[in-house]
Amino acid sequence: MSGVDYLAPASVADAVSALRASAGSARLMAGGTDLLVQMRGGRAKPEVVIDLKRIPGLMGIRGEGGGFVIGAATSGAALGEHEALKAAWPGVIEAANLIGSTQVQGRASLGGNLCNASPAADGVPALIAAGAVCIIEGPAGAREVQVEKVQAGPGKTTLAADEILLAFRLPPRPARSSDAYLRLIPRTEMDIAVVGVGVSLTLDAGGVCNAARVSVGAVAPTCLLVEAAGVALVGTTLDDAALAKMEAAVSAACRPISDKRGTAEYRTKVACVLARRAALIAKDRANA
Amino acid sequence: MSDGNQGGVNLKVVGQRPIRPDGVDKVTGRAQFGADFHLPGMLTGRIKRSPHAHARVVSIDTRAAEKLPGVKAIVTSADFDAGAAGEVEAGESHAAMKEVAANCLAHGKVLYQGHAVAAVAATQPEIAAEALDLIEVTYEVLPHVIDVEAAMAADAPVLHDDMYTKGVTPKPGKASNVAAKHVMGRGDVAAAFKAAGVIVEGSYETAAVHQGYIEPHACVASWGADGQSTIWCSSQGQFLVRAMVAKILNMPLSDIKVIPAEIGGGFGGKTTVYLEPVALALSRKCGRPVKIVMSREEVFLASGPTSGAVMDVRLAATKDGKITGAEMTLKYQAGAFQGSPVNLGLMTAFACYDVESLALTGYDVVSNRPKVAAYRAPGAPMAAFAVESAIDDLALKLGMDPIDLRLLNAVRDGAKTVYGATVRCCALVETLEAIKASPHYQTPVGKGQARGVAAGFWFNVGGESSAAVHVDEDGGVTVVSSNPDIGGSRASMAMMAAERLGLPIERVRCTVADTTSIGYSGSTGGSRVTFATGMAVVEAAQKIVADLKRRAAQTWECDIAMVEWKDGVATCIDPAKDVKPLSMKAIAGKSAKTGGPIAAEVSLNAQGAAAGFGVHVCDLEIDPETGRTTVVRYTAAQDVGRAIHPAYVEGQLQGGAAQGIGWALNEEYVYGKSGLLENASFLDYRMPVASDLPMIDTILIETKPNPRHPFGAKGVGEVPIVPPLAAVSNAVSRIVGRRMTSLPMSPAKVLAEMAK
Ligand SMILES: Cc1cc2nc3c(=O)[nH]c(=O)nc-3n(C[C@H](O)[C@H](O)[C@H](O)COP(=O)(O)OP(=O)(O)OC[C@H]3O[C@@H](n4cnc5c(N)ncnc54)[C@H](O)[C@@H]3O)c2cc1C
Repeated sequence: MSGVDYLAPASVADAVSALRASAGSARLMAGGTDLLVQMRGGRAKPEVVIDLKRIPGLMGIRGEGGGFVIGAATSGAALGEHEALKAAWPGVIEAANLIGSTQVQGRASLGGNLCNASPAADGVPALIAAGAVCIIEGPAGAREVQVEKVQAGPGKTTLAADEILLAFRLPPRPARSSDAYLRLIPRTEMDIAVVGVGVSLTLDAGGVCNAARVSVGAVAPTCLLVEAAGVALVGTTLDDAALAKMEAAVSAACRPISDKRGTAEYRTKVACVLARRAALIAKDRANA
Repeated sequence: MSDGNQGGVNLKVVGQRPIRPDGVDKVTGRAQFGADFHLPGMLTGRIKRSPHAHARVVSIDTRAAEKLPGVKAIVTSADFDAGAAGEVEAGESHAAMKEVAANCLAHGKVLYQGHAVAAVAATQPEIAAEALDLIEVTYEVLPHVIDVEAAMAADAPVLHDDMYTKGVTPKPGKASNVAAKHVMGRGDVAAAFKAAGVIVEGSYETAAVHQGYIEPHACVASWGADGQSTIWCSSQGQFLVRAMVAKILNMPLSDIKVIPAEIGGGFGGKTTVYLEPVALALSRKCGRPVKIVMSREEVFLASGPTSGAVMDVRLAATKDGKITGAEMTLKYQAGAFQGSPVNLGLMTAFACYDVESLALTGYDVVSNRPKVAAYRAPGAPMAAFAVESAIDDLALKLGMDPIDLRLLNAVRDGAKTVYGATVRCCALVETLEAIKASPHYQTPVGKGQARGVAAGFWFNVGGESSAAVHVDEDGGVTVVSSNPDIGGSRASMAMMAAERLGLPIERVRCTVADTTSIGYSGSTGGSRVTFATGMAVVEAAQKIVADLKRRAAQTWECDIAMVEWKDGVATCIDPAKDVKPLSMKAIAGKSAKTGGPIAAEVSLNAQGAAAGFGVHVCDLEIDPETGRTTVVRYTAAQDVGRAIHPAYVEGQLQGGAAQGIGWALNEEYVYGKSGLLENASFLDYRMPVASDLPMIDTILIETKPNPRHPFGAKGVGEVPIVPPLAAVSNAVSRIVGRRMTSLPMSPAKVLAEMAK
């Protein structure tokens, strides 16, 4: 790791101009739990590392318009300690808190999780299911985009080279809403998702689902929003027929590879199982 | 020799659980492991490794790398001495030095991905890395073969064109990948099967698994201008490192001093050399100390896993469950060079059972994988997986309790093993009975869960060891051990010395000496140290006691027979003498007047190691929709002779069980089509993490202390990795409803099996 410059700008504008000036030789760093590992392994060889943690708004959680804005570099540990956020979005927080170990939690961020663009990123399906929106800043100013539009393939995002993800916006939560995230790993921790599924839903007073989003990870080059799976739940009480329909939609959306972490067939099967279980957990939470 | 067993009754230190002497250093980070050593002027060494599974090395061009400023030396196999021949005793086996050398730096051909081809020493790690890229190796890629049965096929690519299967007559006309065929047996197996009331049979396979020690291989080597050299490294045997390096670099042993570092796990995997001769060859070339530390990826690619195996087993039994005959064929991966532990697989496979007729065949097979290294009870766990699965089938077929079936067939003292030894001080029956009576086994199996039982055996060994006991001037004692402490042996050495000397444990410290500071010793392996080196320690302590008595007699001017040594104090029992007792401190403080420093060293070849037996029981559940297994309760019982430090012994049982559970459930080397390893990291090589396992309960059986050890110790470190593979798979099989024959039982495999 010789000859790497380290910058810690104190404003977004400074970060953007540093990024521009580097002409592609810089990498942004939030917690560094992906980036530093890649640098040590020789897979990333930046000349400049731009640390985002000193930029106001990148760290921390604030309420806004009835929803929440999560700074892109906020650590998993900070998310887990935010009671109101946890109450409103238990699925997002359980996904964020699954990342790594206690040590990794002290640093790892949802922004890094998304921008690292691993198809198996745990935070991403939960954010997609939640309908989270990214606030992105670039030379041309700010723009907002749905989380599911950010990953472009393994290790690739749709962010321009000089754009920075500032924060996630989580929408206001109607009554009787909740979410859940489940992943399958052969072990209990320190492992990478073979499949991950996030489900977010809202029930009406009669217990009928009137909004639902389902997202799956590790079954395609990017984490996917499976719209048909959400649609299958809407208008139902999550009865067996609705769940079967949802599973069929999930199954149809999966296009996994077979690799050392699981066969395509296994991943597809388990995606359906986890989607059903996550939907039922979200329903129980919404009813609670 | 030992004066027989001391009863457990009067022991004051042995059997207690003092705080581990290496604990504080390890938890505070003060312990000096292999990678922690630095010297002024030290260079960083790095190894250039093969990207191919199998290739001829056409040329190695180091010119560009040599020109890079900061590069001080580059070596290839040409820098080793071709004379590296002969064998060196290495843990459980002999190592052919030509092959160890060719494994450290490839000679002519690379035989697996990650095989070392060259090494560089440079002033900075970055320069060393850059130099590696500048070394140009031209390869002629050859067809490769990974799996053991494919490697045995007639048309398989042959790794070594001079390898003719040993153990078959007449000598084969053609080279092959089968290094050796081993045959073992007795009785009339055909007759046993003809007369059998029940026959069970099955074919099994296990994946290659790595020892998974946390500390990667690391060393510093420094060549002196006069040829005198020093190596600092973590290994399971400083004398073994010295012997191997001396052979490979053609040096006299006395020119090499090996200083053992604290070791962060070995499990058998550090009973050979990978880096040390390379680092010393680099240092010899440039005259500066060279440090090489493997990355985790290098550890997986190029240091020994243990064999994956393909096995067939058939049992013949009477209708009452008495096993009368068995046939077994084992095919073990050796990796790129011969020397799988298949022979040990054959010897241990049926060692728990008294079976009249046996026909056992084993094949040692090379393929394009890293050369295997010893791993706890080398060769035994795979064979036990097959045998204990077959016995479980027999229990199911006969509707018998799996413990009762094993009790019916268990070996007892006086039985003959297939390899010719007579079973003695064996407590397998007591161990089985202890499991049967355990709270675990007495508790009904939980809803949705299943229970598996399996037994296991290991020889345990003795061998050559040295130890010294030094009495300090203030009456404290230093024990000098010849063996690196990988399992708590400093504690047990100190405890045995304290017991014999009558001192509190706090007054006795134990250190591990370098190769110039103590007599020769075999490596730490085979569960031999507490037995063999412990015997040397106790004999040295006995010499000290005799010397102390002599000095007291001299002081009192009485007959030595009138001196009694008890609780660290000499007392005169001659009623005619009116003298005050003399403490250790008093005698030590005046040692100059009674003959000088008080010290004794003993070197011996310990005989009479006693085998150990273990029985494990495992309760688990499986998520029927994902195939994921959760072990919910686990108990390991073991015939340990006598536990010197019971907490350490329990730790050995727990550690062995944990590793065996990992072997059963998720660990495996995964190869792609091109013969390259796909999971050379702890992320994808799935060893269990702490939260994967329940607390592993232990039961120590001490009813049969080993009479050939002063305190009755048997080895304890190997046995506990033998039963878990089958204990887990027997439980999984019961839930799945069919025999699980292939390890690891990863979620995908289990789910596919359940769907059948
Ligand atoms: C031991 C260990 C265990 C792990 N376990 C898990 C796990 O269980 N699940 C899981 O999903 N991941 C896991 N990871 C991966 C990693 O911790 C997560 O992906 C984490 O969320 C990354 O966050 P970070 O803040 O550390 O990202 P960084 O490493 O700082 O950044 C990651 C990438 O995103 C880019 N980036 C970061 N922030 C921004 C931004 N604001 N705008 C634009 N680009 C940005 C960086 O340039 C880099 O390319 C593990 C990692 C380790 C080391």
